[in-house]
Amino acid sequence: MRHAVRAVIGGLLAALCVLLLPGAAVAAGETVQGRLQNAGEALEGVTITVATVDGQSVGEAVTDAEGAFVIPVPEAGDYVVTLDEETLPERVAIREGRSASITLPVAVDQQRSVLFPLGEGTRNVQSDLDRLPQLAVEGLNFGLIIALAAVGLSLIYGTTGLVNFAHGELITLGALLAYLFNVTMGIQLVPAALLAVVASALLGGVQDRVLWRPLRKKGTGLIAMLVVTIGLALFLRGLFLYQFGGSTAPYDDYQGQTGYDLGPVTIAPKDLISMGICIVMLLAVAYALLRTRIGKATRAVSDNPALAASSGIDVERVISTVWVAGAGLAGLAGILLALAQQVSFQLGFQILLLVFAGVTLGGLGTAFGALVGSLVVGIFTQVSTIFVPTELKNAGALAILILILLVRPQGILGRAERVG
Amino acid sequence: MPAEPAVPTASLTPRKDAALRAFAGVEAVPGSSKPDPILVADGVTRRFGGLTAVDVGHVEIQRGSITALIGPNGAGKSTFFNLLTGFDTPDDGTWTFNGQSLAGVPSHKVARRGMVRTFQLTKALSRLTVMQNMLLGATGQRGENFWRAILPMTWRKQEQENTARAEELLARFKLDKKRDDFAGTMSGGQRKLLEMARALMVGPEMVMLDEPMAGVNPALTQSLLGHVKALREDGMTVLFVEHDMDMVRDISDWVLVMAQGRVIAEGPPDAIMADEAVIDAYLGGHHDAPLDEAQEQEQLAAAEAELREQEGDR
Amino acid sequence: MDWSLILTNALTAMVGLDTVIFALAAIGLNVHFGYTGLLNFGQAAFLAVAGYGLAISVAEFELPTLVGVAVGLLGAVVLALLLGAPTLRLRADYLAIVTIAAAEIVRLLFRSVSLSEYTGGSDGLGRFAEGFYSINPLGPGEYGLGPLEFDERQTWVLSVGWTLIGLSCLLVFLLMRSPWGRVLKAIREDEDAVRSLGKNVFSYKLQSLVLGGVLGCLAGFMTAWGRAVVQPDNFSTDTTFYAYTIVILGGAARVFGPVVGAAIFWALLSLTDNILTQAKSAGYISDSILTTFQIGQVRIMLVGLGLMALMIFRPQGLFGDRRELALDAR
Ligand SMILES: Nc1ncnc2c1ncn2[C@@H]1O[C@H](COP(=O)(O)OP(=O)(O)O)[C@@H](O)[C@H]1O
Ligand SMILES: [Mg+2]
Repeated sequence: MRHAVRAVIGGLLAALCVLLLPGAAVAAGETVQGRLQNAGEALEGVTITVATVDGQSVGEAVTDAEGAFVIPVPEAGDYVVTLDEETLPERVAIREGRSASITLPVAVDQQRSVLFPLGEGTRNVQSDLDRLPQLAVEGLNFGLIIALAAVGLSLIYGTTGLVNFAHGELITLGALLAYLFNVTMGIQLVPAALLAVVASALLGGVQDRVLWRPLRKKGTGLIAMLVVTIGLALFLRGLFLYQFGGSTAPYDDYQGQTGYDLGPVTIAPKDLISMGICIVMLLAVAYALLRTRIGKATRAVSDNPALAASSGIDVERVISTVWVAGAGLAGLAGILLALAQQVSFQLGFQILLLVFAGVTLGGLGTAFGALVGSLVVGIFTQVSTIFVPTELKNAGALAILILILLVRPQGILGRAERVG
Repeated sequence: MPAEPAVPTASLTPRKDAALRAFAGVEAVPGSSKPDPILVADGVTRRFGGLTAVDVGHVEIQRGSITALIGPNGAGKSTFFNLLTGFDTPDDGTWTFNGQSLAGVPSHKVARRGMVRTFQLTKALSRLTVMQNMLLGATGQRGENFWRAILPMTWRKQEQENTARAEELLARFKLDKKRDDFAGTMSGGQRKLLEMARALMVGPEMVMLDEPMAGVNPALTQSLLGHVKALREDGMTVLFVEHDMDMVRDISDWVLVMAQGRVIAEGPPDAIMADEAVIDAYLGGHHDAPLDEAQEQEQLAAAEAELREQEGDR
Repeated sequence: MDWSLILTNALTAMVGLDTVIFALAAIGLNVHFGYTGLLNFGQAAFLAVAGYGLAISVAEFELPTLVGVAVGLLGAVVLALLLGAPTLRLRADYLAIVTIAAAEIVRLLFRSVSLSEYTGGSDGLGRFAEGFYSINPLGPGEYGLGPLEFDERQTWVLSVGWTLIGLSCLLVFLLMRSPWGRVLKAIREDEDAVRSLGKNVFSYKLQSLVLGGVLGCLAGFMTAWGRAVVQPDNFSTDTTFYAYTIVILGGAARVFGPVVGAAIFWALLSLTDNILTQAKSAGYISDSILTTFQIGQVRIMLVGLGLMALMIFRPQGLFGDRRELALDAR
């Protein structure tokens, strides 16, 4: 019982630390917001206007590099949101027979999302096949980021059996900490990101120490712990929202880069560097697992904790290490993701299921499986936009997860369970 | 209620006698044919990656006998049980029970055909009472159908009959006082007893016991042995896994020896105990197949818990 | 601070629409998780399919309300079979991930622009509830119960809702003391043992999934009627998480657990909301600590903290028996 009390108090303290961070300008009140995308590509420079139903204009915005826009409205009520079709890129248009004006109610304190029915413009000349290389590269980039987060999730599952639904919040935490250092405190993004990764890793270790280790000692069941992770995820997400507000915001550096043209593929320098960082980090993890003492110990613990413990491995130390490394990797994934998109309080929550899909596809608890699974998920998500509407690409990836589990219930690289 | 069945002593009971006579003409070589086999397995193999856990050429189990399956840890005994009872799928092989093929038959149907198994790591249903554990074993229950379940009058009478039968069995296994306790509160040995009694509720023709004596306090093993012998007296066939040679000698009519997935010897207990190949397998087995730590820990813990409970009773 | 208003609001919340919806969703989840041990994290999908089945039938195809209800029920059964057939052979943790993924697919589909012709996209659908309110036997006016007051529409929705809750509890009670329920509870404890005793575990899990899904689908109907509109984001994973909190709060595998849990859950949320709102308007809390806008976020945080604390300190729920839970081997 005393351990549990300590666990909760510790958790609260950790939460308080985050609470004390100065947040971004809190978006108070009602907004209309959205993100213009066509076939996975953000549409920048499109004008959106908002008016009351009696035609009185209340606001206007131009979409940013990510295609996002946020327009505050004075109070709850019905508004007409209009997209200026003149400002759309040439090959994109409002779909046949649909209107560029949408009337919608905004509730008290609601951040109302608007989705415009965009489609291919009539002058679009790019065929599906031409988009393939571009999408594949974008998918690889996305998959690598997912992999960073997935490896940590998988290692934690492998060594402790914990299915961590709060892993998404570790991802968000990294992005938010980097935002704090970069935007609020004015440190250049590279050192800010380094600081944020280190802080994420430390907080991961703290989380294990004050919450999960005491619960393990107490002999709390895995399913009970799974439910605890859900509580933690809800709590942290609420905390992030409280602190950061519901809007999205970019980092100060590396915005609006023009892409390199590499044959059929256009890629922004920051995306190239992001991919480079991911690959280096993943190789480092692989090396650590295969060659270092602690890595081998980690694999031994994943394989059979009782046997590992009896052969002299300090299981708790392995688990601590895994938490520190896993949280650091997740934080890094969050920063890179926020660099590609923007920072938001639910950045991690939104990709959590894809991370799980990656981990599960590969086989729960096998780190290399998580890597393979994540790349499959990332590339599939992007490339599938050739066949399915962009808004359904995540649904497609999740469907693939279910289909693969049908054929291989233990995942791609997983092992069947023992009976009896 | 019938009196407790006489626990057979060293003296010959009619069934023991019959079993011994059946084995009289059987050759003591692996794969020998029996006069009236209830279970026949052919070429059953199971590989885990590079490891061939089970590779059984030909095995027959004599009806109405107690056959022991022995072998060092990791020999593939539990895996063989899993394969025969549909809990695992072999890479190859066929087997029949009462002349009917069981290959590809799901585990619950294997049980319904009359072949019921217990597990090496006891599977008592902790948050069900002992009586509920027992009732679960009864077959053909009308109240297990969703629609009839809503109408108690359709199943109440059958439930009462099953309860009466369960009470008899519990009395026989000396668990009647625990009737309304949660199964999870019982000692390891009592759970083993409950698991065996529960298996009998299914009304099996053949019982397969995976290490029924493991982790059981020595004081209880004698009565467990008695119960196993009683199964044969009730006309059932028993196949059981055991390590302790003395126990095997005491109760079995026939012994199968497995090592590294294969049946390397079979014969009457005394002959097997003296067999060079068997002794080698055991000694060799201990060298290159160390005990599974997790299992050993579990057994130790169970045994200790039981000892503590015994002390607490005094 | 107006304490009598705060208390009245809390009491209203105890019997109100949210309590009704979440009690029904949690009764279904209790069948899955509490009795059978199935980690279904896709309960929201059952609500969504039922709500949309009803709304689309009535609003888009102009079918009668009863047909809409039948479509919703059928949708829930089909979803349970689709979801269960591939996943019920999976290990518990895989099942959790697959069901949460499936629920998200369902929500994304209902939300998508491509289907918005039928579903109304992210705005959802309205104009289908009149059939339900037209059979309201109550005349216009206020109906009271002690300090609580509801208009005739609310009274009608709540009466139907609480009747459904009563019937659902009766059904669960009858089933769980039958041999059928005994098999479910045994599966929760150890499914291999149940298999070894000749029970078709897969079939029972599927039956459990269908039953809990159909009960959850009643919550979908109540959402649709009570709000007179269905929106995809009513059926997010947080809905499922709230339902889990409620099941555990009331005590898993207890017939009335979900109902008690839902009433307490919403009363507590109403209390914190109202106390904070009033403290704010009375000027006790400055804007630098908490803006009005942030009160909703404090509530999410409280749910999260509450769920953690419950699971750690009282996993048996407020009224459960700790000793029984200590036997849980998982
Ligand atoms: N699911 C499994 N995956 C991999 N190896 C297994 C599995 N089940 C059993 N084995 C291996 O098969 C061999 C036989 O195991 P088992 O049948 O449990 O032996 P026994 O019961 O005779 O002690 C052992 O080497 C064991 O490690
Ligand atoms: Mg074994």
